Amino acid sequence: MKSGAPVFLRNGDTAALAEIPAASFADFREQILQAIENGARIAGLFGQPAGTDRVRLFAVLANDAEGQLTLISTEITDSYPSLTPACAQAHWFEREIAEQWGVRPEGHPWLKPIRFHKSFHASGTGVPPVSFDIHNFAPESETHGRDARATTIAPGVTNFFSMDGDEIHEVAVGPVHAGIIEPGHFRFQCHGEHVFHLEISLGYQHRGVERALVGGPDKRTIPFMETLAGDTTIGHTLAYCEAVEALASCRVPARAQVLRAIALELERLANHTGDLGMLANDIGYLPTASYCGRIRGDFLNLTALICGNRFGRGLLRPGGILFDLDDARQKQLEERLTQAREDVTGAVELLWNSSSVRARFENAGPVTRETAQELGLVGVVARASGIEHDVRIQFPSGIYRFAQIPVSSYHSGSVFARAFVRWMEIQRSIAFIFDQLNALPAGPVRAEIGALAPNRAVVSLTEGWRGEICHTALTDTAGKFARYKIVDPSFHNWMGLAMAMRGQQISDFPLCNKSFNLSYCGHDL
Amino acid sequence: MLKVLLARAQQKYRTVGFPKEPPVLPDRLRGRPQVDSAKCPPNCSVCADVCPTEAISIKDKSLRLDLGRCLFCPECERACPEGAIRFTPEHRLAASKRDALVLGEKEFQLAKALDEKSRKIFGRSLKLRQVSAGGCNGCEADVNVLNTVVFDLGRFGIQFVASPRHADGLLITGPVTQNMELALRKTYEAVPSPKLIIAVGACAISGGPYIGHAEQKNGADGVVPVDIYIPGCPPHPITILDGLLRLLGRIE
Repeated sequence: MKSGAPVFLRNGDTAALAEIPAASFADFREQILQAIENGARIAGLFGQPAGTDRVRLFAVLANDAEGQLTLISTEITDSYPSLTPACAQAHWFEREIAEQWGVRPEGHPWLKPIRFHKSFHASGTGVPPVSFDIHNFAPESETHGRDARATTIAPGVTNFFSMDGDEIHEVAVGPVHAGIIEPGHFRFQCHGEHVFHLEISLGYQHRGVERALVGGPDKRTIPFMETLAGDTTIGHTLAYCEAVEALASCRVPARAQVLRAIALELERLANHTGDLGMLANDIGYLPTASYCGRIRGDFLNLTALICGNRFGRGLLRPGGILFDLDDARQKQLEERLTQAREDVTGAVELLWNSSSVRARFENAGPVTRETAQELGLVGVVARASGIEHDVRIQFPSGIYRFAQIPVSSYHSGSVFARAFVRWMEIQRSIAFIFDQLNALPAGPVRAEIGALAPNRAVVSLTEGWRGEICHTALTDTAGKFARYKIVDPSFHNWMGLAMAMRGQQISDFPLCNKSFNLSYCGHDL
Repeated sequence: MLKVLLARAQQKYRTVGFPKEPPVLPDRLRGRPQVDSAKCPPNCSVCADVCPTEAISIKDKSLRLDLGRCLFCPECERACPEGAIRFTPEHRLAASKRDALVLGEKEFQLAKALDEKSRKIFGRSLKLRQVSAGGCNGCEADVNVLNTVVFDLGRFGIQFVASPRHADGLLITGPVTQNMELALRKTYEAVPSPKLIIAVGACAISGGPYIGHAEQKNGADGVVPVDIYIPGCPPHPITILDGLLRLLGRIE
């Protein structure tokens, strides 16, 4: 392996694994810190076994201003000096690496499991057992009454950040919540209504996806992608398709590229509309709650009009799509979208015209631009804090290379900002779909796709409705996945929710939570 | 206030006519598949070969399709050169017994209504606690949508409640991850008896795409007893509603 310059990529470019420099750890660390200082973000940071006793760490650094991705790597044994004290963005990634591969980031300030599963070594990937067990490791050597050598892994059984003082109390919520939502555990440190800190403990949804993707692609790969985060079926499956198409040098027909983008925007429309309805619901403003709940379904039904499934399952496949739009169907899509635009506009404008709604949204759950930047937040949440980041503009793939959607951002970082950014995106997505339908290219919707190139790496980004989805695939000598790393936008953003709750009233948690609306299974994988 | 009233007029009345009227469904909906072994060429197994969840098996030259494992993806239908498997727009999929979900052997038996005594208890007021145990938020979303004005679940006396102690039963989604097993058991125990358990979606019935993974339990019925299975990935909201109403004996 050469130890030369880092590999620069555009979204969807591939690189030979041998060309990715294996830097010394000091150089690896320096390159990451330098890139962050120059405004880049960590889009991915993950490990992969190398030989019998080492782990190769890969970092995917995204430079939004340049639209450039940098891929660098280094090799470590069972421990390395943690990046987190110098770079907060790395904190969750390093906990993931420690849990997956049993390596210890020395000096990590809060080293705990994030998913509560056995290390990938222990679950039989053919690599020897590891020396470091995160499940038997407690920060600051505290065990809080827990058996320090517990043999079973129990989700959420760990020491939490805690406070002492008169009338300080702890509130624990979950994993089973009051509504119809996924499970997760929230631990609040409060004084009366005032929240000092919220710690979020996940992993309840862990289904072993990344472990099972190794050796693929196979016939289960697509169902995995379609259910990574079921509300983001199109976003994740598109990232996957574009990754394997790059590895197989497959050119997707223009018509398929456009229809894929329409499906991605319909997914955004359904979810943003649903979120605005649920935000209205959480402050008891029922007209918008009721209308948006229904209109969300109208958008889902447009996806079902195209492919028969409301979430877009069965639509995307490597090489293109499985369902085309005939003229009658296109006309119906346009008519129903026109009606939905009218309905959603009427329903959402009620929010901005109602002073009681604005009073509840404004100043609730603020995330400053500095915090968002420091934590590497993405998507709606980042844009609502004034960060102009959108994969569709900075790392465009498919038809987004030719048809741009303006970035929607707002400055205040509050619940209002996250709601208003969603509303701007709703309008722009609808306009985009109409533009695309007006100029729908003719031709086939699927191309043949061959085998994947061996020993290569690819990074594939899409802008899901929550934010940046990052898939990194590494192939082995046979062109099968040696590693398939998934970063759902929620992976970056859960810590943002914790920060948004600081200094808030605990009764505002449902509202703040909904304004993020993060994925549990997308995080837990 | 005037704007609120104007908006109300603009949004109109949008509750579906189902179950009094037939449901309006997308024409490309992949509902209950039709299996016709007579069309199978000898020694052909392309459908079984492409199925991601081994839902299709071939026994004594006859096709079996397990709706409990089926993701209703288009792969088998597209692969079959003879049209031996064809998805129909039939939305009614719920069954009372796990083995009733296997198509091909005998006629599909829709879920039966509860007996007289249970219907007296639950028939006019059913309170459910939903537990997502590894669900991808697809089933959860299409259960949640039943609460909107479109389906208006409340008109049938069915309601999702916040506490298992207020509930008459559980509606379970997801393959039941190892990490949710204990929480599901505890939630089940917290529901007062008699209780109904509803498994929604391929994951909750069989593990779905995650069948066989060590991180999950291959569905709910290995953990708690299940009274009705509603297949799909995810099932269409009308399919879920049909299953609930069928269980309560409110549609024939």
